[in-house]
This record gives sequence, structure tokens and C-alpha cells, in this order.
Amino acid sequence: MWNLVRKRLQTAVVTRSAVELFDQSASFGADRQSPLDDLLMRFNRLAVTSFGGAVHVRHVDAGSCNACEWELNAILNPVYDISRMRIDFVASPRHADLLTVTGGVTRNLLEALRKTYEATAFPKAIVAIGGCAIGEGLLRKNYAQEGGIAPFVPIHVKVPGCPPRPKDIMEGLLLAMERLNNEVEHNGS
Amino acid sequence: MTLMISEMEIERNQLPAECLRLVEAGYRLLTMVGTDEREEIGHYVLRYYFANDRASNVTLLTVKMPANDPTYPSVTAVMPAADWYEREVYDLLGIEPLSHPNLHPLVLHGQRLAVYPLRRDYPVDQSLPEVVREVEEPNLADGQFIVPVGPIHAGIIEPGHFRFLVEGERIESLTAQLFYTHRGIEKSAEGMQVEEAMALVEQTCGVCSVSHALAYAHAIEALANMTIPVQAKWTRTLLGELERLYNHVGDVGNLCAGIGFSFGTMQAGRLKEQLQQLNDDVTGHRYLRGAVVVGGVSKAISMALLERIRMAVSSVLQELGEVASVILSHEIVCDRFASAGILERAVVERFGAVGPAARASGVERDVRVNFPYDGYGDLEFSVPTFQAGDVMARLQQRIAEVNETGKLIETIIKNLTVFVTKTNQTLVTPLRPLLEGSYTIGMSESARGENVHFVMVGKHQTIRRLRIRSASYANWPIVPFAVLGNVIPDFPLINKSFELCYACCDR
Repeated sequence: MWNLVRKRLQTAVVTRSAVELFDQSASFGADRQSPLDDLLMRFNRLAVTSFGGAVHVRHVDAGSCNACEWELNAILNPVYDISRMRIDFVASPRHADLLTVTGGVTRNLLEALRKTYEATAFPKAIVAIGGCAIGEGLLRKNYAQEGGIAPFVPIHVKVPGCPPRPKDIMEGLLLAMERLNNEVEHNGS
Repeated sequence: MTLMISEMEIERNQLPAECLRLVEAGYRLLTMVGTDEREEIGHYVLRYYFANDRASNVTLLTVKMPANDPTYPSVTAVMPAADWYEREVYDLLGIEPLSHPNLHPLVLHGQRLAVYPLRRDYPVDQSLPEVVREVEEPNLADGQFIVPVGPIHAGIIEPGHFRFLVEGERIESLTAQLFYTHRGIEKSAEGMQVEEAMALVEQTCGVCSVSHALAYAHAIEALANMTIPVQAKWTRTLLGELERLYNHVGDVGNLCAGIGFSFGTMQAGRLKEQLQQLNDDVTGHRYLRGAVVVGGVSKAISMALLERIRMAVSSVLQELGEVASVILSHEIVCDRFASAGILERAVVERFGAVGPAARASGVERDVRVNFPYDGYGDLEFSVPTFQAGDVMARLQQRIAEVNETGKLIETIIKNLTVFVTKTNQTLVTPLRPLLEGSYTIGMSESARGENVHFVMVGKHQTIRRLRIRSASYANWPIVPFAVLGNVIPDFPLINKSFELCYACCDR
């Protein structure tokens, strides 16, 4: 027990600040006038006002190679620590505001993708993660997979890469929050 | 290094007897490949590759079947390891194993179709009809329940459907339905240039990219009968060990996540991230893709980078040692890990399991030792083996293996330093012409065990048939044996202790 506490105390904080993670050209938070660190404040405020305190994400693997999954896992590690942006991954689509989808939709997973999309409550946004999901992957349509999620569910944000880096995925999620918020403000929900 | 493969063609009715003879002689099934060679010789062909680890040799049994009668006697009854291979060949090529004990569809879900997508007359971009699933009414005794889980899981993991038959908390049996992420990589690779297909092969699995690339490159290089430059040989060995390192460090964290021990999860997550950033600096890719090419490697590692690798690896290993000592001395961790998910040695032998799972159950099986490739023939190292076969043994095996890897990386860096000072470095041997219709296998040891790639070459240096057998494909059938008698809350832990990929099993 004391070893555990000692190791914890000896370990320096490794979490990267927003300044380190996102450069000036980050495509979200376009209306901001303050420095990047305020970005966190901005999204925290957005999460509180528009998402009831926290943004819940459900992940669907629609036939990826597992690299995108590990990068999604990486954004939960202490270096990227997406929880500080009030984003959390949840166990049911019923709890989710956003869906992240990876992979080019295999024949065996098409039903699962459709059902998860249907089970997610409106308003919802879909973040397509990785080349396979956005339809620009190396693997083209064949007997076993479709080569992109676009024909089956709408895509709100595309995060390209094979796999995209963790900070790109974070940027994609923040962008989706912003989109969803704008959509709700315009159309009501 | 070239594999010594002795080939034998037999009649199909001799198959069960021959397989039994080989198994009794200490051989295990490496892979089985079905090919559609109607165009060339008017037959379908099955190739059973067997390996004898102690003698380091490989035996190939070839069986031909006429195009109008593609059937053969199943060998699953005498050799359970053949189960999945036979079902897969039936699903994709329509070659039927007669009297197979359990001929349910494996790779293509839903009802059995009369079309076979891996036959060569099936167009690459043609879809199959949508899956129609039928749920069977389970036959349950009093007090028994079925707990279905998946295919989409609670965390950020890959899809698989599990049905637990439970009585109270105890798991009586587990049925795992996999192949959800079957992407038809092998079909897409057909007709591609052998060098181009490397990118596709790397995408077989996100976290075993290097080892898949190596197995594939070994097969092609054996066919072209070429040797790669010495610098490339050592660079490949280094990349392979870097891959093992970040996987094993990550696995320590994942095991802790299996019991909600967040200290271990977060510490290992932090260390894994350091290693992945190192990967990024070395190859420009966090999963080391694009570095291994047919005939060598795509770029040299500079002196500064070698030094950076040495520093980073030694600091991560030192920290991992501290973290591991905290984990292994924690009472709750020990309570949960010890004697959970015991895998009997007999099961490992019967199903030909590989990798850390086999080594934690007392079976010393490692491609790097049994069939050394690249630099491993010139390296001195030990392969840690544990006897208990439980979750704890698999964790300890990984930690011990990580330390061996650390020593290996030190030595490899020393060997590489000689080359980086030279000015004209050759990193790639140009590909020699490949003989049409020639075929062989290539092997490598990933963090999860042995990968075997079968490659058959077609016209103009293209791929006629590629069959990827990953470590996960060999190990998935043993997972249901390890969970018997455990409680459902321990399943995530047991599953994580094997740390099998779904993607490289399903392809």
C-alpha cells in the first residue's frame, strides 16, 4: 500500500496542456479570442450548458484493424486525459451524445452498427475515425466489407489517419461537440 | 534463414491417418491453406503445414481434390487444432470436410450460402447477401442461464459475441462467436504486386504490424531466394522487439484494468505512451508501420535515434519494474490473479497454442528460438517459461519477457552502431523474379505468439493466394477452456490475460 502511494507521489504530472496539444490552426473554437488554454474552459462550459454536465461517447468498431481502438484508448491515458474535457466513454448507446465509429463496415457488423445508431437518442452526432471509416482506407469494398460507413449512417466529423493520432481524435470529438451544439441551437431539440 | 520444408503429396483418404502419425511424432499443426487451382491443374488443393519445434523442421501434406468433387475426410476428430481451418475453408472455398463434428459457419455469419468468395471466379468487389441471423432456442437444465455479451462491448475494444452458460455464478461453458471484423484482406490481396501488398498485410492488425510484415517478407524472400543486407536484418530485429515491448507494457495495464486497479492501468498507460512516442520518432508511425519492406527496411535508424531508443527503453524498464513490484505485492491483485483462468498444459499441446499463453503453461514455444529469423540466430537470450498457467503466470511471463527484450534491445543497438557510421548504407535487396505458382510460408513471433503467412505467387510477381494465420487465430479456441469453472466477473480479466486481437484473427 505504501509502495503504491510512494510511486504515485514520485510520478510527475504527465498530462499535456491544451497549448501543447492543439496548435493555433485547430479548426474548432473559431470564435475564441483568448489563448489556447481557455479552450478547455470553453469546452467545459459547453459540456455543462449543452450536454448536461458531461459528454458521453459510445464507440462502435465496425471492422477496424484495432489500431484506431488503441488510439481511442490512448486519449484516456494520463498524457491526453480526455476526462478533463468532460468527455467519457459509456457502455450503452442509450447514454450517448456522440458515436465514434471505426472500420469500413464488415458484412458481419452491419447489423450492429445500424442497431447502435438507432438506439442512440437524438440529437446525436457521428465521428468517423480513421481512413477505413471515412471511406478512404487502403482496403476497398469486397465480399466481406463495404469500404466506408457513409452509405449506412450520416457522418458529422471525419478524422482521417491510419490511425489518427490521439490529439486528432480529441480535436474531432471537440469539433463534434461544437457541431451538435450549433445544430441544437438552430433547430431546437 | 530458410525453413526446411519436407513436402509429401497424399491421397485424401490417407489424410486422417497421416495427420495422426505426425501428431504422435511430436508435430503440431502450423496452418492449413485451401487453394483454388482449377485453372492451372483442375483441382482444389489443401496444404497442411506441420512443425516440429524441437527438430526445427516443417512438414507439408498436400491433398488434391477434383473440381467436381471437392470433399475430403475431416481430421478435426483426430487433431482438434484443425477445426477452424476446415470450417473456414468450407465457408470461403466450398471444400467440404466430411464427418466434421461441428460444421457451423465460422467466417461468414448467418445461413450458409452456396457462393464461395475465395474461389478465383468470384469477383473481388462483389457483395454477399446480408447476414440473416437465427437465434437457437437453448436447451437448458433447471437453474441454468445463458448470458449473452457483445458483439459491441462496453469499453473501447473489438467486437466478439460471447454466450456464457452459467449455473449460479459458475461458467459451465462459453461459446465465442468471432470473425465480426472479417474484412476479406486475403481476397483483396489477390492480384496485387507482392511489394504493394505489404501495406495491406500491415493492416491485418493494428498492434502486430511489424510481426505480420516480417512473416510476409520472410515468405517472399524465401521464394525469391534472397538474403537481406545485414543492417536491415538488425533493424528488423530491433523493430520487432520494440513492438513486443510496447505491447507487453500495455498488457500489464490492461490486466489491471480487468480488475479496476487504476494505479496499474494509469502507470502502464503512461509508459506505453512513452514507448509509442518513441516508435513515432523512430519510424514516423506510432505503430511502427511502413518500416519493414520486402527485401529489407525502408530507412536506417540514425545514431542519435539509437541513443534515444536506448535511453527511453532503459528508463521505461526501470519504471515498469517499480510499477510491477507494486502490482505484484498488492493483496487484491494477487487474490484476483492467482488461480484464475487456469490453462492446462494438455490443452495447449492439443490445440497447438502459441506465444505467452503457451509459455505461461509450461510449453516453451517461440519462433525466435525454434525457427530463428533475421538477427535472432546470432543473439543469446532466454525465453521465460512459467508452469501455473493462470492469469498471474501470464502476467509474470510478460514482465519477465519484457526484461529479456530490454537486454536484447541493448545488444541489437550495439550491433547496429557499427553500421550507422558508414556512408553508403544498403538497406534493401532488390526483389528477384518469382516463379509463377511457387509457394511457401514465412513465420515471425509477435507479442501474442507465432504468425504464419502462406504466400503463393501468380503471374507477373502478383499474389495468387495469401493466407494469414496470426497468433490469435491459434489461441482463440483455447480461451473457452481457460474460463470453465470461473465466475463471469473474472472473464474480462482472463480474456485480457491472453490479450488476443480480434482483427488479426478475423482478417
